[in-house]
Amino acid sequence: MTDGKDTGGRNGRWRVRVDRRVCIGSGFCYGSAASHFRPDGIKSRPVRPVAEPTELLLLVADGCPVGAITLRDQLTGALVAPVQEHADD
Amino acid sequence: MTLTQEAIEYPFDPVYQLELDPRYADLRKAGGPVRVRLPYGGEGWLAVTHADNRTVLSDPRFSRAATIGRDIPRVMPDIRSTLFDDDPVLIDMDPPEHTRLRGLVAKAFTSRRVADLRPRAEQLADRLVDELTAGAQPGNLVESFAVPLPLLVICEMLGVPPAEQAAFRAWISAAPPVSGMSEAEMRAARGMLEGFMQRLIDSRRAAPGDDLISALIAARDEGDRLSERELVVLALTLFVAGYETAADQIGNIVFALLTHPEHFAALKADRSLLPGAIEELLRFIPLGASSGFPRMATEDVELSGRRIAAGEVVFAQADSANRDETVFDRPDELDFRRTPNPHLGFLHGPHHCLGAQLARMELSVALTVLMDRLPGLRLAVPASEVPFRVGRLTRGVEALPVTW
Repeated sequence: MTDGKDTGGRNGRWRVRVDRRVCIGSGFCYGSAASHFRPDGIKSRPVRPVAEPTELLLLVADGCPVGAITLRDQLTGALVAPVQEHADD
Repeated sequence: MTLTQEAIEYPFDPVYQLELDPRYADLRKAGGPVRVRLPYGGEGWLAVTHADNRTVLSDPRFSRAATIGRDIPRVMPDIRSTLFDDDPVLIDMDPPEHTRLRGLVAKAFTSRRVADLRPRAEQLADRLVDELTAGAQPGNLVESFAVPLPLLVICEMLGVPPAEQAAFRAWISAAPPVSGMSEAEMRAARGMLEGFMQRLIDSRRAAPGDDLISALIAARDEGDRLSERELVVLALTLFVAGYETAADQIGNIVFALLTHPEHFAALKADRSLLPGAIEELLRFIPLGASSGFPRMATEDVELSGRRIAAGEVVFAQADSANRDETVFDRPDELDFRRTPNPHLGFLHGPHHCLGAQLARMELSVALTVLMDRLPGLRLAVPASEVPFRVGRLTRGVEALPVTW
């Protein structure tokens, strides 16, 4: 983790990831939150790998049409988004 | 490059069936946005390349909300506020307000939730084919299959009871084309639809279920995240958007396959081609028929070497983008093995079709069931006699006479 030291007093930041195997380049994320995502060829990537928690980031991650965006708690690794609604899959 | 470009009249006249106006190919050669003059409101810009369309549809400097209620270049004489009087619908909003409202429903439309719906969609498609084949030949595949399938699926998602589904289906099939309606007729039709939706919301509020309307009511009543009016307008948006474009594309795609018999035969012989075929047909078929939903530059923006001044309006043209020869090899040919296929058939950016995954599932179910059940499906009239509707937001087969 290149930014592992950057957590002093900043617990709860989110690690942002776009799975390029899943991403279809819909542009939903970078069109909705240009400060967090940007186009990269015909796909998308996070602007920064770690971000402060915001409602907008959560909405965009949950709203990705193919669920390509994951947000995890930087320290615990717990999945923040997408919200798991089905325990059986 | 000339700095002042003479504006061309836009939109172009409707073209034949599923053809795309050849002028777009010429316009793309210039490589940048094109100056256009609309029937009302003066001049604006038209994005014709893939890259420019992606930018116009996703860059936050191009705003949907800024166009509302303004004297912008447009097709119709009146300055529209929004589709539902003054209540903004999703397509009239910008992030982050748009993101908040869309977020309330987005989870119902993700790949996983849509996969859960597939078995039910297959049952409905099977039942529709049962009803079609029980009738006389030729049948009308639009009325019997392409329209009711997505309508029944969105009714299931929203929790519309079966009795009401029949009434709604009858109402929809009787509805005249939108642009052919007078203002008074549109108001009356909208009033009926709103009354229908309000009754549905009232009944779901009294007896909540595991459906999208009930979830939206909970967001309104418990979370206080929606006004009652927002709730009605949002439910109506989903209802209308949820079936019409999908119905049009099912009809268009079946027509395209029936008029490209070698491609259809290859698909029947190798079903693993189906996902790629659907993407390619979404690219190839020019679904957009109108010049709706332009964006306004909120500051001066340079777009492919041309300056879009703050306050100027840009029209996206995804059908042209989907034939961009710098992105798609042999763009005017169908190629079910085309990869990658970054088509803009569901548009792009914050307004990328909310129902894209649902539409993909419905198209896959529709084609699978038709190929399984009606392997001899063919047109009952010459292709040139198949009528297409004009004057709607999207292009679609009006009636598709088939035998099997």
